[in-house]
Amino acid sequence: MNALDLSVNHPVGDFVREVLFPNCPDLAWAANGLIAAVALVLFPVFLSAPFLIWMERKVCAHMQARLGPMRHGPHGAFQTIADVMKLLFKEIALPGKIDRLPYLLAPAIPLTASFLSLAVIPWDHDLQVADPEQGILYLLAVGALGILGILVGAWASNSKFALLGAMRAGAQMLSYEVSLGILMLLVALLSGESSLREIVLSQQGTALDWWIFKAPVVGFLAFVLYLVSSTAELNRGPFDLVEAEQELTAGYQTEYSGMGFAMFYLAEYVNMVIQAALVSTFFLGGFLPLQIGIAPVDGILAAAPGIVWMVAKILLVVFVYMWFRWSFPRPRIDQLLALEWKTLVPANLVLFALGVLLVSQGWIL
Amino acid sequence: MTARTRQTLPPGFLLPVRDGETDEFYLNLGPQHPSTHGALRVVVRLDGETIREVVPRLGYIHRGIEYQAERDNVLQFVHFADRFDYLTALQNEHAVCLAAEKALGIGVPERGEWIRVVADELTRISSHLIFLGSFGTDLGGTTTFLYAFKMREAVTQLFDELCGARLTTNFLRPGGCARDLPEGFVQKTRAALETVKRGMDEWDVFLSGNVIFQERTRGVGILPADRAVALGCSGPVLRGSGVEFDLRKKEPYSLYSKFDFDVPVGSVGDCWDRYAVRVEEIRQSARILEQALDDVPEGPWRSKEKVSWRLDEGSWWSEVETAKGILGVQLESQGKSDKPWRIKVRSPSFSNLMALDEMCRGQKVADLVAILGSIDPVIPEVDR
Repeated sequence: MNALDLSVNHPVGDFVREVLFPNCPDLAWAANGLIAAVALVLFPVFLSAPFLIWMERKVCAHMQARLGPMRHGPHGAFQTIADVMKLLFKEIALPGKIDRLPYLLAPAIPLTASFLSLAVIPWDHDLQVADPEQGILYLLAVGALGILGILVGAWASNSKFALLGAMRAGAQMLSYEVSLGILMLLVALLSGESSLREIVLSQQGTALDWWIFKAPVVGFLAFVLYLVSSTAELNRGPFDLVEAEQELTAGYQTEYSGMGFAMFYLAEYVNMVIQAALVSTFFLGGFLPLQIGIAPVDGILAAAPGIVWMVAKILLVVFVYMWFRWSFPRPRIDQLLALEWKTLVPANLVLFALGVLLVSQGWIL
Repeated sequence: MTARTRQTLPPGFLLPVRDGETDEFYLNLGPQHPSTHGALRVVVRLDGETIREVVPRLGYIHRGIEYQAERDNVLQFVHFADRFDYLTALQNEHAVCLAAEKALGIGVPERGEWIRVVADELTRISSHLIFLGSFGTDLGGTTTFLYAFKMREAVTQLFDELCGARLTTNFLRPGGCARDLPEGFVQKTRAALETVKRGMDEWDVFLSGNVIFQERTRGVGILPADRAVALGCSGPVLRGSGVEFDLRKKEPYSLYSKFDFDVPVGSVGDCWDRYAVRVEEIRQSARILEQALDDVPEGPWRSKEKVSWRLDEGSWWSEVETAKGILGVQLESQGKSDKPWRIKVRSPSFSNLMALDEMCRGQKVADLVAILGSIDPVIPEVDR
């Protein structure tokens, strides 16, 4: 792992170095990495989640012909902050007969897994905490950790609703990991790289050079399948069987209150950012600006820094996730697993074979 | 399982089997649960996610309405009828008034009957719209709820015009109804019907045509026709199983023999059929209303008020096809006062709910919610 490469030419890092350590480059080196990690991991987590929750409520409300939160701040912008304050000050009620230590530890696990995944997200040319060669493998390994928190928390909380939710979580997330893995491999195959930064750089050029268009048909199908699989992996509606409030009240988090609940909830939204970031990295050119092939327009578009493009693409994908959630009813657990093992996995394998064909014949645009 | 837990289980409920092969457990849904449609408790014996046995436990909001009927005269009892099934308030009043009219030997003028038919059909539309919304929500599509309520709002405002109340209307009286039609009611009803019909076309695209929705409802919770009859089901649950039985056709009361409408029936008896029957019934109700609005009879809306509400000795039975099924009222009097000696209500939700166990066995937990939603029970009517 080559974690500190990015500190060279890092605008934030350079600034910090000049201000704090003008005469001591060694210390600056360490501080720069730390600052980068904090800026790139904690910042998106703690600022984006409240925004996304607010956005979700607004998107949902407008899709349902209502207004959503309107009281706190302009268009209810501070509603989430009020909610977070409430959750912070809420008593953590411990139900009887729980397994105390795992019950209290479990909410931290999904959030930790999210933090770890955020480390490899390329936000801009030099804005990435770490860029391991095998970025995709790292993501698969770390992403699977999140399930552990759900299983442990549900098992420890001694509730049948939580148990059923956890059973579903295990089956669902492990199954859809297979699909995601195959699709990630496909992208790695097409670009010839498995480092996330290199995957983004393999899409330079116009919008037609993004993997969604660059590999004819295959790219687009892979994009759609990735969206579906990642929705299931995120446990978001319509695949939110893990929570399924109509059946299981709140699924695995039934017995959690206060910050325990908030941490599960936070992890859910951070995971959404991560998956959206991965979708844009793999298929939508990541931090590369949108180029349409007309020189003056391209110049204007390219003027915006990469992180702006990255965030814009993430928000677009996040909006699609929200759109899914508030449009569809929820399938049943057996239908969901049948969808994965009988439709998506074979489809992904066929797609992978097609990808091999494309690469070997050089049919990539 | 502790002794105390065992006490709270329903009598006759088979305790979960725990041997080497299966490891069953029981799950308690309700009385506080997001999708039991009120204070209903359902005890389920599960094998993994597969349902082995379902026992509904009733009585959490029993209010003794039938007993209260014995303390009041029939006129005072009408508003209690609103509280059986609060979504079909006007139809409940209709059943009570029919029984009271038989007991008192009074008739209803034509305009009164006409208002009752209009009120009944508007109620049916409004009740089915709530079903559509909550059924979508039960299956996880929360957005449907709001769209159904938007349509229902048009109908509810008509109730507001008609009776001054939106839910518990207290509008019908033995011998007619409390007031005449308000000004411009016919035009407003036409406008509301247009809103509903347009909304229903949208609805077919939005929910009925959805793949996930069809997957979740087709072939789920099948109730064969013979079992539906044997269990005393009525209304859309019975018709969904393919039995063409509608009191409005079979034993027409009020003005129903004058109108031309179809009785939709299902073929399989699954959740989809029960859903589709209700969707079609909304359209048929709109058809009845359109015919009614073309020809409004003139004259009094209530027969001359009785000086005495004293009931003769005897026993009278009346039944009405509400949105949920057959609502029957048995009124008995010993001829000594104006208060009935006993009123017994046969509520459709109660009988329909009894089919829950047969429909659920072998299905998954998520199907229980779908099946319960497709029965469309209103718990205050089950418990009364």
